[in-house]
Amino acid sequence: MRKWISLLLATVLTAVVAVACASPDDTTVAQGGGGPAGGSTLDTVISRGSLICGVNGQLPGFSFVDNNGEYSGMDADYCRAIAAALFDDPTKVEFRNLSAQERFTALAAGEVDVLIRNTTWTINRDTALGLEFAPTTFFDGQGMMVTTASGIQDLNGLSGRSICVQSGTTTEQNLTDRFRKLNIPFTPVVFDDEDALYSAFAQGRCQAATSDRSQLTARRKSLPNPDNYVVLDEVFSKEPLGPVTRNNDSRWYDAVKWITFGTFQAEELGITQANLDQQASTTDPEVKRFLGQEGTLGSDMGLPNDFMVRVIKHVGNYGEIYKRNIGDPFQLERGINELWTNGGLIYSPPFR
Amino acid sequence: MDEQKIPFWRDDRVLKIVGQVIVLAVILVIGAIIVNNVSVNLRRLGLPPGFGFLNSPAGFSIGDTAIPYSSTDTFGRALLVGIVNTLRVALLGIVLATLLGIVVGIARLSNNWLVRQLALVYVEIFRNTPLLLQLFLIYQAGFLKLPSIENPLRLPAATYLSNKGMHILWPASSLRTTIALILIVASIILGLILWQRRLKVMELQGGSVGRNYQIAVIALAVIGVLALLFGLEWEAPQFTGNSVDGGLYLSSEFGALLFGLVFYTAAFIAEVVRAGIQSVSKGQWEASQALGLQSGLTMRLVVFPQALRVMIPPLTSEYLNLAKNSSLAAGIAFPDFFQVAFTINNQTGRVLQVLLLIMIVYLTINLIISLIMNGLNQRVQIKER
Repeated sequence: MRKWISLLLATVLTAVVAVACASPDDTTVAQGGGGPAGGSTLDTVISRGSLICGVNGQLPGFSFVDNNGEYSGMDADYCRAIAAALFDDPTKVEFRNLSAQERFTALAAGEVDVLIRNTTWTINRDTALGLEFAPTTFFDGQGMMVTTASGIQDLNGLSGRSICVQSGTTTEQNLTDRFRKLNIPFTPVVFDDEDALYSAFAQGRCQAATSDRSQLTARRKSLPNPDNYVVLDEVFSKEPLGPVTRNNDSRWYDAVKWITFGTFQAEELGITQANLDQQASTTDPEVKRFLGQEGTLGSDMGLPNDFMVRVIKHVGNYGEIYKRNIGDPFQLERGINELWTNGGLIYSPPFR
Repeated sequence: MDEQKIPFWRDDRVLKIVGQVIVLAVILVIGAIIVNNVSVNLRRLGLPPGFGFLNSPAGFSIGDTAIPYSSTDTFGRALLVGIVNTLRVALLGIVLATLLGIVVGIARLSNNWLVRQLALVYVEIFRNTPLLLQLFLIYQAGFLKLPSIENPLRLPAATYLSNKGMHILWPASSLRTTIALILIVASIILGLILWQRRLKVMELQGGSVGRNYQIAVIALAVIGVLALLFGLEWEAPQFTGNSVDGGLYLSSEFGALLFGLVFYTAAFIAEVVRAGIQSVSKGQWEASQALGLQSGLTMRLVVFPQALRVMIPPLTSEYLNLAKNSSLAAGIAFPDFFQVAFTINNQTGRVLQVLLLIMIVYLTINLIISLIMNGLNQRVQIKER
């Protein structure tokens, strides 16, 4: 009797072990596709009929929910640009607010299709975190905001002070690096939530708040008394911000990358929302190709040939996106975010 | 004689064992699928398994540390700082929440109408609103409204209070302090032992025999107090114009989290205490009153010890909740284990490993709490002799 049972037990266990050992070989590891379903995210998005876009939601100028519950900002517009290219309808976007801490996990887990959340491109994120960075849409740098009353002029003035910073950001690490280099002691007060951070800063919990300069400029405007605060001139890091996708999904990454480049190219070619119709009747072969009247630039990567027409029609070129979201509301000069032809860093490889 | 043999598929003994084997197999298969799924997905995302990353330098600073830490230390050390912070707030929180909970719980049964109603309002407000909201309120509308560090409130005993936190007198870490500390602890332990012995002797021989013990205990108490006052090298915080140095610094984030957890958990504990007291039958009250005990003594000596039997199991759950709720610290910028772990997750991308670590740490903390509380529970149960 007993023998019989142990025999049965042994058989079952062997079977279990066999299943456990055998399955890794049976399961084909989809190297080409990144989405949880196996295929490319491009197919997933198209069959779903809408784009799920991970954004910040709390950052004026980049992605911010306004009084009407509408998303505004540069990052939000790039989500719309992708939706416009795919569906000819910029409203086919489902925005997902993500904290700095959550963003990479959400992207890796396939909760969002693309992450456009003022995310800095770093080697560690590109390699170790398994991400792909589309072209930088905003070249930023870290700055420091202090109260005018404190009389702090530079970083040395912050010795022994508390500095508010957001968790899970490059800012957090740059701050530590920079102050270690200068050998200045400080106390970080690390917030998960941006709104909580600036609220605590405004109440004097920290003598300074640090973040990307664009963010500080935008936030300063929405503080109770903007004139009481000043963003120091010192810039102590490079923060190239742009859209992010998952590793090992080249088709989707290419689509996001070239839609982004397309907005740069459109500005360089002088194609705007206003003159799009005139440009359509051009004889310039470069413009014709760019707008999909000639060649197969769009269909080669699984998009409609006129994808850039859709993007410009609904969202505009890079200059228009910048002016609408950053330039006009915050009087922030283009600076290094000018086109390369004007001495900036915004540059698209040829559409050919 | 020869019984008819029951075929094995109808033999109850066999069926029971087969059932267990099948359940075990199902669990093993599910486990294997999970492990396999995880490793396949990790490989697909190009994320390396293993915990080696804990040895690489952290590169971020932590604002509120109870043990020495700098950004050049390892991720492992950063996690340890987080664990110490979590334990700090959880242990202090459990003690304070218990005290407040008992007071409020008894107040709920007070004969005084006002006291009763106040306790009721307190319990209902704190029990029925989300903890995160309470934390935000206590932090943003409470602690941050204190004056800034450039202009702190000066309280007696060299205490400085500002929206950065509280700076208080604290013994400096030196040899003298260590010796004094050992002296104090030793005199307390010795005192307790002598006191117990005195009670035992008095029980056996009655009345006045405990005098020698009493003198010894008093002498020990004097030694302890002297060591506390003069032996320890007290270090007073110094205000330097725009910050305060020295002494012990308790951040306002720590304060807000502690207060939030204590107020919230105490509301639940109060109800546990009330239930425990009400579970003691009315006859017990009446009997002790008939013996001439005052109501305070009745509560302390008769009712409360019996109520403890009912109270401890639900109390354990409240303690466990408090320990877990401390992970809401990230919302108010306190670097507890959860926040530090997620920062590390964010920097290294080792999602699964970090989640596993978080699970293990909270599980360990809570199992230890459960273990201690179960021991306590056994001690207060009725001993059947």
